[in-house]
Amino acid sequence: MRFVPLSVAAALALTACTLTGCTANKQAGPSLGAQPRPSGPASQALPAATLELWHGFNTDAEVKAFEEAIAGFNKKFPQITVKAVKNVQDDQITQAIRGGNAPDVAASFTTDSVAQWCKSGAFQDLTPVIKQDGIDLSVLPEVARSYSGFEGRQCTLPLLADAYGLYYNKALMKGSQPPRTLSELTALAKKLTVRDADGTIKVAGFIPSVQYYENSPSHLAPMVGAKWYNDDGTSAIGADPAWKRLLTWQKELVDWYGYANLEKFRKSLGDEWSAKHPFYQGKVAMVLDGEWRNAMIANEAKDLDYGTAPLPVADDRPDLYGSGFTAGTVIGVPKGAKHPQQAWELVKHLTTDTASLVTLSNALRNVPTTKAAMESPELAKDANFTTFLNIFAHPKTSTIPASVNSVFNQEVMGTFMTKWEKGGVPDLDAGLKGVDKQIDDKLKLSGG
Amino acid sequence: MAALADVWRRREGLRALVWLSPWIAGVSIFFVYPLLSTVYFSFHRYDMYTLEFAGLDNYRYLFEDPRVLTSAKNTLWLVLIMVPATVLCSLALAQLVVRLKAGVGLFRTIFYLPSLVPLAAGTITFVFLMNPATGPWNQFLALFGVRGPDWFGDPAWSKPSLTLLSLWSCGQLVVIFMAALLDVPRHLYEAAAIDGAGPWRQFRSVTLPAIAPVLMFSLVTNVIYALQYFTQAMIASRVASGETDSPGSSFSPGYPDESLLTLPQWLFQVGFRDYSMGYACVLALLLFATSMIFTLILLRQFRRAEEAS
Repeated sequence: MRFVPLSVAAALALTACTLTGCTANKQAGPSLGAQPRPSGPASQALPAATLELWHGFNTDAEVKAFEEAIAGFNKKFPQITVKAVKNVQDDQITQAIRGGNAPDVAASFTTDSVAQWCKSGAFQDLTPVIKQDGIDLSVLPEVARSYSGFEGRQCTLPLLADAYGLYYNKALMKGSQPPRTLSELTALAKKLTVRDADGTIKVAGFIPSVQYYENSPSHLAPMVGAKWYNDDGTSAIGADPAWKRLLTWQKELVDWYGYANLEKFRKSLGDEWSAKHPFYQGKVAMVLDGEWRNAMIANEAKDLDYGTAPLPVADDRPDLYGSGFTAGTVIGVPKGAKHPQQAWELVKHLTTDTASLVTLSNALRNVPTTKAAMESPELAKDANFTTFLNIFAHPKTSTIPASVNSVFNQEVMGTFMTKWEKGGVPDLDAGLKGVDKQIDDKLKLSGG
Repeated sequence: MAALADVWRRREGLRALVWLSPWIAGVSIFFVYPLLSTVYFSFHRYDMYTLEFAGLDNYRYLFEDPRVLTSAKNTLWLVLIMVPATVLCSLALAQLVVRLKAGVGLFRTIFYLPSLVPLAAGTITFVFLMNPATGPWNQFLALFGVRGPDWFGDPAWSKPSLTLLSLWSCGQLVVIFMAALLDVPRHLYEAAAIDGAGPWRQFRSVTLPAIAPVLMFSLVTNVIYALQYFTQAMIASRVASGETDSPGSSFSPGYPDESLLTLPQWLFQVGFRDYSMGYACVLALLLFATSMIFTLILLRQFRRAEEAS
């Protein structure tokens, strides 16, 4: 027992150490905009430095494309070396910043962490240097600006975007045109579905289940113009009739297939990221997917005769046709970057330099984010890819708005929709209000 | 003389302190400090960057969060069903193997091998084998006219499926029980047999008391393991759901219908996906308290049983 005071004292000392912040906050470089802009041509004025750039790209082709884009930067700034680190996820970035070992530049595949990073100051606000360098952000579509910032802080910039639309198998469509409305989608899905005598599905026209690959609530919501949040950040899901319309349409089609039948069929399908994707194999006639699927089809199913179109929209919202969901890779300068000015030059180059964006887009077949890059004659385009360029540029194209609880909110809605399509929600209105409550309670907990 | 003895005693204390210092340092750094930090952060809003005092907000939210009850129920199911099933199965297998006249080594190896398979690989394999549409397990059952369920896709079957996975990989426990069973003095069985005790009576009156400490150890460690159950449930949910990680998609742990959502998974989701570290600390404290309660109950029962015998 006589040793207890000693251990308690040690623990208290350690706790005090934590509270005073001695485990983090190592000496960091000056923040962006704190230093005057270098006079003369930037390429000569900036001192030499080695930048560390963390990104999530992983495959050889992706890494090579990224290195080519960086090579363009090296031509402009020969005194700056960029050391790229591949396959880095958001939580690694967060922990590195927290631990005082932040890279100079970090890129994220999703936009889920943007609000958290902006709100907490984990990523530096780029607004002062954007102004200083006279960059006109109107070269970016409104939606891309919205998902890369939060509450007036532009703490990241969009690097490449993903847009979501409809892929259809021309052979299975037998001359039918892609549907433009949800009722056309339902009718066509039923027409194209092939079943065995016992009701087992052999070919599905369209799988409406939210559990199927890319059919997440975020990707489906733009079909009906469903709103996630009110202006004050609280959940709008229960009050917006568009959600109810979407869920009612979805459930009707699920019930037509039979939930058990559909689940059995879904579980018999090949992996989304393999050459056994059901769309390649003619098992599903129409699918909701991202523009990146074009590149995968080119590699994995060269002979597939397919077309692309915008997603069908609610019958009473024809104005939405041509729009869709978008989000994408964002890049910024974390707090604690050792060479923030050089880091900003790299971010600026990767996100605004047309040649760099076109190089990346051509290699990765993602949508480039600036208008100039989208209109560049160097950009490899074909009809199927152009569909997604148009969806991205459509004024009504939407994203999931930045929220500090972005992951939680999407997850709550996904869980609810899974329960609903299964028949586990007796009262849809009450269920949607329950979703609101969960999101709003969590927002209060997060200090929203 | 008294003063000298006092100095000696003090020096003895100092020497003990020196010898114990590695332990004290270990406990302070890896137990006391994290515990105190967890309590401290549980009263704050903490997103890994900014710290703001929140009073009892995190504790209040505990009662509003429907996932806590769901995950607690699932975890409790694992403690009450999976743990006894695993321990009993391991004990039964060990009993069978020690009675074998030949091939003990072979069977010991067969039962032990699955526990060497990495958790992730074993879980993924199980989910694929039990896929209702393409998995060979249901096709095998169909040969006998049995229509297999959607093992990892039906909430009624998901936890029993994980229990099957746990039984498959219980080899380590089998080996421990075998060692304990082989340690029971043979003359006790001989004496019991002379007294007319049958196999069940011998098991109850000789085997069980002799292996009670090992049984207790197995129960306590398995209960703690079940309370911390994470990897298999997370992987099984993820693989069986087929959910994806594209922008705008978010994985919902606990598929199907949150039936595999355990408390540690929810804690991880809250802390490292939502960055609500303060609330995650409350969940961690809840888990810690539950583990303590279960362990104390088991130890008390064990002591009572020992006193009674």
